[in-house]
Amino acid sequence: MEIFDLSVTDLQARLRAKELSPLDALDALESRIASVDPKVGAYLSRDLEAARAEAAQADVSLPLGGVPIGIKDVINVLGQPCTAGSKMLEPFRSPYNATVIAKLRAAGAVPFGRLNMDEFAMGSSTENSAYHPTRNPWDLSRIPGGSSGGSAAAVAAREAFATLGSDTGGSIRQPAALCGCIGLKPTYGRVSRYGLIAFASSLDQIGPFARTTRDCGMLLNAISGRDPMDSTSLDQPVDDYTRLLGRDLKGIRLGIPKEYFVDGMDPQVKAAVEAAIKQCESLGAELVEISLPHTEYAVGVYYIIATAECSANLARFDGVRYGHRADAPKDLLDHYKRTREEGFGSEVKRRIILGTYVLSSGYYDAYYLRAQKVRTLIRQDFAAAYEKCDALVCPTSPDLAFKLGERTDDPLKMYLADIFTIAANLAGICGVSVPCGFGIAKGGDGEKDGVRLPIGLQFLGKPFDEARLLRIAGAYEQSTDWHKAAPAL
Amino acid sequence: MSSPELDVRYVANLARIDLSDAEIAQFQSQLCRVLEYVEQLNQVDVSQVEPTAHANDITNVFRIDEPKPGLEKVAALQNAPRQANGLVMVTKVVE
Repeated sequence: MEIFDLSVTDLQARLRAKELSPLDALDALESRIASVDPKVGAYLSRDLEAARAEAAQADVSLPLGGVPIGIKDVINVLGQPCTAGSKMLEPFRSPYNATVIAKLRAAGAVPFGRLNMDEFAMGSSTENSAYHPTRNPWDLSRIPGGSSGGSAAAVAAREAFATLGSDTGGSIRQPAALCGCIGLKPTYGRVSRYGLIAFASSLDQIGPFARTTRDCGMLLNAISGRDPMDSTSLDQPVDDYTRLLGRDLKGIRLGIPKEYFVDGMDPQVKAAVEAAIKQCESLGAELVEISLPHTEYAVGVYYIIATAECSANLARFDGVRYGHRADAPKDLLDHYKRTREEGFGSEVKRRIILGTYVLSSGYYDAYYLRAQKVRTLIRQDFAAAYEKCDALVCPTSPDLAFKLGERTDDPLKMYLADIFTIAANLAGICGVSVPCGFGIAKGGDGEKDGVRLPIGLQFLGKPFDEARLLRIAGAYEQSTDWHKAAPAL
Repeated sequence: MSSPELDVRYVANLARIDLSDAEIAQFQSQLCRVLEYVEQLNQVDVSQVEPTAHANDITNVFRIDEPKPGLEKVAALQNAPRQANGLVMVTKVVE
């Protein structure tokens, strides 16, 4: 086994046994990145010298001591670029550290590398990056999912041991599913968002990607907790999220939301998820049929609330304090309008326009207020479901990874890629995607047959119940070999 | 909710974004389709429902109002596209 194939847990054991040094781990990643990233395109930038200086000082006795962690390019690391995948922030250097970065370092980890993403986290394919697309390591003609496509592809392609991403409507779980790794969206308020460039503030949450649920738990242990710098982070006790790993599923009631098994989803996804649910039953879980009656409205609610919030959050990009500024503006209005025209890409503009419209005078009640009310009903659906079960199990994405360019002309179709992940953000609950099999790509246009594409199984847990969520996901994961599969690159 | 009322040119001005005529035409048709899709929210009876602004039920997070160290001036200015004399330069506001 190569160094870059190690899980965080196994890497840590080797570091503590002095079989490897943190510099060995970093250099192994760098050489892997140099070899495969020209094909995958997971990274936007990396600062090897800064990371090597940190790794040389790392205390391997700490919980993540000496472990390099890749960072989505939307989380600030002092002195590093933070483009959010946008030309708007091309020259930007972070003047401070996000709280999650300070926490990772306190746990001994070494932040290394800036990972590609859809511009300002708006997208489901990473094709909206203003720099370059990221390709799915399982099939380079396909998308890795998004918006945290770089974070997922890097873990799957063994270009990172673990990474951080952000999830506003599925941006961790959906790319984890399409790339075949584990991705965890914590409960809203579990992890501080201080230093995360805001997209939709009532939905955004930072979370980990890794190749095992245990590794995800270790990262969550490091980054969780209330932060005075983020008033939406909650003062809930931080659990040990690896505490319940290794247990089977006896005594666990798993709810199957019938609305998540719809016509139109890929039959291979449906079959793999149904087989996985049977597997959970054989591990001792009791299956309960659940209804989440307002599921069909989640995408509509999301694209009103998320765009409304983004139109307000992105108003800060005014070409004055940071970011791109248009040349020789003739007056202030021209300064703003050309700065934003030149700095933002198409999808970001589209969402700002939609968000501005739904908040504008005369439409606020009809769109935004109504969406907030339907959001209440979606939250109530989950609260009622959790009276009958401990967690829900369903697909993460209705489809296998699609081809680059396949949906770029059809925003609505792109938005529907998030149909199974969005409700968790609206309800504020936690969710995780774990690999549960492969589908075979249907070739067409000369593609060779038999390309295997990962399928993700999603578990949705109660607020602040991440320890149990990871126990459930881990029990399933450890009873299969799906998470061990690696793409040929 | 009457989606054809969306006037992209007007809203783009509110949002302070210049758009080309081609972009305006494209956004107009794409966003009208999105708005037609969200029309389905009209099917839901929300007359007795309170809105949710946030997923967790917290209000009024207070802290003691005391000064603390923040960003140094140099760090705060380092990303400003135009600056002079330790100040951010803005485009002329008053004629």
